Amino acid sequence: MDVFLQQLINGIALGSIYGLIAIGYTMVFGIIGMINFAHGDVFMLSAFIALILFLALTQFLGMTSLPLVFVLVLVAAMALTSLWNFVIERVAYRRLRGSFRLAPLISALGMSIFLANFVYVVQGPRNKAVPPIFSEVIHITAGPGGYNVTLSYKQILIVVVTAVLLAAFWYVVQKTPLGRAQRACEQDAKMAALLGVNVDRTIALTFVIGAALAAVAGVLYMLYYGVVNAADGFVPGVKAFTAAVLGGIGSLPGAVLGGLLIGLIETFWSAYFSADYKDVAAFSILAITLIFVPSGLLGRPDVEKV
Amino acid sequence: MHRDPLLTIEHLTMRFGGLTAVDDVSFEVRRGDITALIGPNGAGKTTVFNCITGFYRPSAGRLVLSSGGFDANAIIALTNSGRRYSKHQGLFLLERMPDQEIAREARVARTFQNIRLFTGMTVLENLMVGEHNPLMRASGYSVFGLFGLPAYRRREAQALDHARAWLDRIGLTARADDPAGALPYGAQRRLEIARAMMSDPTLLCLDEPAAGLNPRESAELNELLRTILDEQGTSILLIEHDMSVVMQISDHVIVLDYGEKIADGRPDEIRNDARVIAAYLGVEDEGEVEEIEAALGAGQGR
Repeated sequence: MDVFLQQLINGIALGSIYGLIAIGYTMVFGIIGMINFAHGDVFMLSAFIALILFLALTQFLGMTSLPLVFVLVLVAAMALTSLWNFVIERVAYRRLRGSFRLAPLISALGMSIFLANFVYVVQGPRNKAVPPIFSEVIHITAGPGGYNVTLSYKQILIVVVTAVLLAAFWYVVQKTPLGRAQRACEQDAKMAALLGVNVDRTIALTFVIGAALAAVAGVLYMLYYGVVNAADGFVPGVKAFTAAVLGGIGSLPGAVLGGLLIGLIETFWSAYFSADYKDVAAFSILAITLIFVPSGLLGRPDVEKV
Repeated sequence: MHRDPLLTIEHLTMRFGGLTAVDDVSFEVRRGDITALIGPNGAGKTTVFNCITGFYRPSAGRLVLSSGGFDANAIIALTNSGRRYSKHQGLFLLERMPDQEIAREARVARTFQNIRLFTGMTVLENLMVGEHNPLMRASGYSVFGLFGLPAYRRREAQALDHARAWLDRIGLTARADDPAGALPYGAQRRLEIARAMMSDPTLLCLDEPAAGLNPRESAELNELLRTILDEQGTSILLIEHDMSVVMQISDHVIVLDYGEKIADGRPDEIRNDARVIAAYLGVEDEGEVEEIEAALGAGQGR
């Protein structure tokens, strides 16, 4: 039981990160029907931006207040990563929008390779580490059997930051004119344009929001693991994509639910079966979902646009 | 009485490959009028609409929207200047403008033959999308909206009032929070017109608004269109097959056949026009009509 509860906590923390990345996949798919394969690498890029900013603030400027450093790194990483994704959309995807369906997909793969290799070149192939932060833990012993679990500050931070951001994001999508325009473009972009909605700008802002959420995931990932590598975009990226598919691609609550499920499946598999095969477990879910519930858990069965 | 022209269409021609769907058509839509565009199937009516609203770029011709008053010299000057529009003069050369700009700057709104509501969004949200641009500016591109600043709240409340007034006018107040796709057909039609009206257009283009409506719904529609004209001062251009609608509400009728204009006048003049009667009733060769319809259908496919 100890192991179970402990893995539940670990799984939720990891799943929050996947969920944040998955939203970027699902939102972009919803609005332009394209899988943005570079999204995982945008996430990796944000982890590096966070790492560099963190080291600069603590080592060179000698800031000692960790919560302040965390907030500064978070805000700066969100801004810089959004800018990157804005430029990527502008350069690599916008011109291909009227083209055949595979063209932007191929362009996205190219962007993914470009970003990973760009980071290799400028940061080197080795793992980059940060000194452990927020590494205090809380031991909880409770219940009649005396369960014993540890909850780290990092995990609490991850879950709280994710929850706050998702609430803000939900508000933007449901209640603001931008969110309404996004949902309108998702359903009928041509009609939205005829009502005066600037479709290109709405799509650009969708990429910016997706990147901001991925940036938060990147910062949290860097804190959680303490190391980042230029290859880190691929596997978490594909897992987040799996999460989006599992939840039903195009569905925002589905992306969060899928992220949590993938996080839990991965940690439980590692705990009870074999840590070496945890990726196999996560990707088997992708295959199983695609075969048996292609529209995902919360997706609409018919996503075909009329 | 001669009102000044709001939309002047001169020598409009639209070709799709070898097929000429609209051939050298000229007419005027006068300010404060309900103008009807009629004609047998495949006559090119929807093509004319698509040229006006920027869906198609015309092969030839000039389409001038003069919301600031008709001034022939100013139009010539604007045409020669190579610009697309002059906002302060209220002059817009629609053939040069993309669809989104026509909606935003020239303020021409349209509806489609097949209803294109955002079916997954609520009735109220559909109307709010119609007022997207002012709200987007007021919300500081969502940043202020997120923090709920008072200026944005005021603007949003104003937009909500506007939307509620339209809901009241089309009799859908009780269904404001239902998904638009769940409404009955006639209500969806009215909602689509109200959504187009949210942006306060100078010209409203309706493509077969009465299609599929029962007589009672059709009468409600007539009333709605009259209200729009009288209370909002929006001029209306509509395509319609239902002759009872056309004859009852329109001030001016233009008849197209095989892409050419065959008549242009008041409803009572059109009713007795020999060429119009021939176009509607006296077609000798049915096969030829179907052939053209099929070709047009292929050309218009989106």
